[in-house]
Amino acid sequence: MSKSHLELTNVQMAFDTKEGPFVALENVDLKIRKGEFVSLIGHSGCGKSTVLNIVAGLLQATRGGCVLDGHEVNTPGPERAVVFQNHSLMPWLTVYENVELAVQQVFRKTMSKSERRDWILHNLKLVNMDHALDKRPGEISGGMAQRVGIARALAMKPSVLLMDEPFGALDALTRAHLQDSLMEIQQDLNSTVIMITHDVDEAVLLSDRIVMMTNGPAATIGEELHIELPRPRNRVTLADHPEYVRYRQAVLSFLYEKQRFPGKGEKGKDKPAVEAEAPQQDDDTSVPESDDAESPVRRIA
Amino acid sequence: MTTLSQTDSLSQGQRWLRALTETLTGMDMAETGRQLLLPAIGIVLFLGFWHLAAPQVQTSLGAFPGPTDVWEQSGQLWQEHSNQRDRAAQFVTMQEERNERILAENPDAEVKIRSYPGAPTFIDQIFTSLGTVLAGFVLATIIAVPLGIVIGLNRHFSAAVNPLIQIFKPVSPLAWLPLVTMVVSATYVSDDPMFEKSFLTSMITVTLCSLWPTLINTSVGVSAVNPDLLNVSKVLQLSFWTHVRKVVLPSSVPMIFTGLRVSLGIAWMVLIAAEMLAQSPGLGKFVWDEFQNGSSESLSRIMVAVLAIGFIGFLLDRIMLLIQKKVAWNE
Repeated sequence: MSKSHLELTNVQMAFDTKEGPFVALENVDLKIRKGEFVSLIGHSGCGKSTVLNIVAGLLQATRGGCVLDGHEVNTPGPERAVVFQNHSLMPWLTVYENVELAVQQVFRKTMSKSERRDWILHNLKLVNMDHALDKRPGEISGGMAQRVGIARALAMKPSVLLMDEPFGALDALTRAHLQDSLMEIQQDLNSTVIMITHDVDEAVLLSDRIVMMTNGPAATIGEELHIELPRPRNRVTLADHPEYVRYRQAVLSFLYEKQRFPGKGEKGKDKPAVEAEAPQQDDDTSVPESDDAESPVRRIA
Repeated sequence: MTTLSQTDSLSQGQRWLRALTETLTGMDMAETGRQLLLPAIGIVLFLGFWHLAAPQVQTSLGAFPGPTDVWEQSGQLWQEHSNQRDRAAQFVTMQEERNERILAENPDAEVKIRSYPGAPTFIDQIFTSLGTVLAGFVLATIIAVPLGIVIGLNRHFSAAVNPLIQIFKPVSPLAWLPLVTMVVSATYVSDDPMFEKSFLTSMITVTLCSLWPTLINTSVGVSAVNPDLLNVSKVLQLSFWTHVRKVVLPSSVPMIFTGLRVSLGIAWMVLIAAEMLAQSPGLGKFVWDEFQNGSSESLSRIMVAVLAIGFIGFLLDRIMLLIQKKVAWNE
């Protein structure tokens, strides 16, 4: 393994609340290689988004820190582009203008006007959105908007691409399409990606490594799973692949046997055996969305 | 055969007319009819009630004017206006002729044209009022929007000025007016004044009363920008000005316009009161003068003014709505 590209060392994150400090993360250590695709998975409220926000620079760790290519991360910056869960495009700008805003900002000095235009179009082509340049986000579907969000992030030429449940709000078919495109793009650009997900299949299909987090408070990394499936990966052929099934089983067992929520009625009903049969539905029901608990940045900012 | 072809051409014409209205209004005629019918019924019922009830109300200036009296008076006011215009035109031509004569006798003579000294008519007063209200409203907007942005962006500043806003917001224009009058007469001293003092007094009163909704809505709009978009702005490392220009301002445009519309409504309402009390030219002064005049026609003339004020207020709001549709991204 080569020298680490991104490194989180001994990160602790505490938030001030009325009842005193709430420790969300404790002793998070993570090393990521260049070009590696890492998924963060865990139950709601375990601080996945907090980890991502620390890497993005949107949150400052109360102890420890994050180093990218030898530089400490203190502020947000375009070299750590973020794809947000709900696309976060400016609703008053067209598809083209949304990407343009980013390109203008990052390559104002290094690219000529026509180069910038080509670069914007190139990135929109990459996500198959070059047919809707003049549409506003309100006029296109959620999946299309998310594509544009990805194009905007890619257009910043980030050294790390941070994705906060990028496909969480999409229907299963659209999600599958976007996962495939993301795999292709990542393969082509060899970009480093950290992705938060609730979806076990998504994690196994896309990742080189799955980082599983324990339940909060004071959440930390519980287990790491290296996925050594050959690329390019195909979701249909992989479905029966014994290795693929084994990886999925490992993640499910971490989530539902080792890190089950204590003392919650509806969680108690989940039987691991049932989940193994129908993991997709159970993922959706037993790892519910909870922005409030998970992403303090949204509230603070 | 002739009749048949006639009905044919008639229905042709009807169809053509229908197509024309459809393209013009973008809706079906039946739909338009339904949309116009109920408001029309409402207006007719109101006029009927007014017609029957007005004579029952006796005042020292005679019975309260009914719709017919008001209609008559509006014609009268228009007539007075056109008469006045003719006289004014005559007055100017007269002077021009005289000046020509003087110049013919002595080419070095200094000549000038005096403006017509007649009293302003109802129509003149309307335009004066519109000018004053727009000046006051524009001044209020120039103050309120930037200040609102600063308040919305800075939580500490917002906390500091919030009590002041809450206290000054409900103050009636009538309370401000004496103070504004005194301050204007004390500070605006000039031999060749660009504006009338009475104009400044009403304008400033309008500004003071109408800036609050815009101020509050702008600050709320600015502070309520989607946090995800703020994060995008941070990730892009947008500079402060780019951030305000590209993210904050567009995002709060809908809220700002809602505030502007409320402000303009208040400005128009305040203006009439201010003009009445400050005796500055405009519709308010017209109403006050008619009231003091106390002729048998006064009440009808005031009623014409009341309706005109209402119509103009409605039109101003519609104009703002049109501008909002042009400017705001969510329309």
